[in-house]
Amino acid sequence: MNIAKQKNKLGILARKEERAFYLFITPWLIGFFVFTIGPILASLYFSFNFYDVVSPARWVGLQNYSDMMKDQLFWQALKVTGVYSVGSVTLGILASLAIALLLNRDIRGVAVFRTVFYLPSVISGVAVSLLWMWLLNSDFGMVNFLLWRIFHIEGPSWLMNRLWVIPSMVLMSMWSIGGSIVIYLARLQGIPTQYYEAAEIDGAGYWSRLLNITLPMMTPVIFFNMITGVIGSFQVFTQAYVMTNGGPNNASLFYVLYLYRNAFRYWRMGYASAQAWILFLILLVLTALLLSTSRRWVYYEAD
Amino acid sequence: MPITQKQTPSIPSRSINFFWTKSRTKLFGDLITYLIISLFSIVILIPVLWMLSTALKPLSEVFLFPPRWIPSKLMWENFIKAFTFLPFGRYFANTSLITLGAVVGQLVSSPMVAFAFARLRARNKEAIFILILATMMLPWQVTMIPLFIGYKTIGLVDTFVPLILPNFFGGAFYIFLLRQFFLTISPELMDAAKVDGCGYFSIFFRIYLPLSKPALAAVAIFTFMGNWNDFMGPLVYLSKNDNWTLTLGLSRFTGMYGTTAWNLLMAASLVTVLPCILLFFFAQRYFIQGIVITGVKG
Repeated sequence: MNIAKQKNKLGILARKEERAFYLFITPWLIGFFVFTIGPILASLYFSFNFYDVVSPARWVGLQNYSDMMKDQLFWQALKVTGVYSVGSVTLGILASLAIALLLNRDIRGVAVFRTVFYLPSVISGVAVSLLWMWLLNSDFGMVNFLLWRIFHIEGPSWLMNRLWVIPSMVLMSMWSIGGSIVIYLARLQGIPTQYYEAAEIDGAGYWSRLLNITLPMMTPVIFFNMITGVIGSFQVFTQAYVMTNGGPNNASLFYVLYLYRNAFRYWRMGYASAQAWILFLILLVLTALLLSTSRRWVYYEAD
Repeated sequence: MPITQKQTPSIPSRSINFFWTKSRTKLFGDLITYLIISLFSIVILIPVLWMLSTALKPLSEVFLFPPRWIPSKLMWENFIKAFTFLPFGRYFANTSLITLGAVVGQLVSSPMVAFAFARLRARNKEAIFILILATMMLPWQVTMIPLFIGYKTIGLVDTFVPLILPNFFGGAFYIFLLRQFFLTISPELMDAAKVDGCGYFSIFFRIYLPLSKPALAAVAIFTFMGNWNDFMGPLVYLSKNDNWTLTLGLSRFTGMYGTTAWNLLMAASLVTVLPCILLFFFAQRYFIQGIVITGVKG
């Protein structure tokens, strides 16, 4: 009798707690339906329509998608974005990992260097774009001047050159890797020192410790950075819009720039929605691919 | 460094090498490290210094070859010129308003959602949390078009509402950050408060919020940066010149002044990024903490 009463009381408490839970997450729930699920479904619907905002939407089935497959600019945009993504994510991970490893060497002044490396990350996209337009200016830019002064190399015309425009943007993205350096550094400092001590007793040198302890311990963070990096690089817009506007000759026509033009310059809302969905699917597939390989190389501590 | 690496697995050969003693190797390694890091630092800093140098130059010295680092005369009036050519004061006010609204929105909404996920038990909680994390992966271009059409239908395009309002419903990234932080607060505190008759709301307001100032600061800072620097949002939603933000003004500046007045352009850019740089220097601790909470423990 007594126990049954208590049980009932616990049930009431649990229910009360659950009610509180849903009350607390109400803002997110509302936002999720109004700003996420609703628009996602609407976007899917628009992608099967011709819609220019002014006249009513007209159902066309899969036409937007089949048009896209025949659209050379779409493929160009995909190529540009893919090349940029591979370049910026790979180099970004390598460089930030290398710098974090150097900063982790128990030297003085780490805080100062960390500040310096993080500084560019707080500067806005548009300001960074303008700054790099100036730095990469083919005649009076600092980059070409230094190339000439130090290596006696005549620099290319960077942003004006079809072949160099994407490498330019990759180079520029390398300037803002401070965020990942901070993440890597924090992770490095979290690796238990016993591992290293044990390895040293066994006579393992620096490189052997790096390969057998440090890198495996870093793989979860590398993996995290890889996924966020790929997602971020597929959404590049500001640089392309401000610096080159897709040029020269569509050599920097990033995916989202092309999407933006279709939506807000040509008012092809249906086509742009279809493009957004394809972008979403591409990112899902890439993430799934990365996840499926992660079992083979990402090391998770058993806890 | 690799020199001390043992050659054969059984005999430790470390002691044989007399020149590369352990401390010498460490010293040598440190020197090389300093050299490389300093070199990288210089490479990172050159663009910033170049921006400053260009902003203070007379136009005649902008196009010099070889370039000149220190202007012959410091042209502070470049800042005034840049700011009177376009109504940058107005843009500054607009940007501040949007950013402030966004920060308030995130601070009001994200902590309570995060608290629920950190400390309240409910069925389906894990599934909902995964849903939140999944929304982080959704490229916002997917929702951009329907949202634009929606706002246009109710006549809110070319107002700040589309840029501020979504922040009042919590951001996935901030909910995640705060949840991770709340999880580090001892649950016994909550149990003790419950025994004392505190409800969930007062536990949240009187225990969790006051104890989470660093995490709240991180949320405020990231929201500030994100909105201050946002470009695509204002570009999509704001068309009247009076409503423009700093980033929009900057991007149009090139077209109006031509791409030649680099000194004025750099001056305007500098003023645009200054609040972020100041915030970074004064609140660096929170930045680093925020990044670490989400990046490492995720």
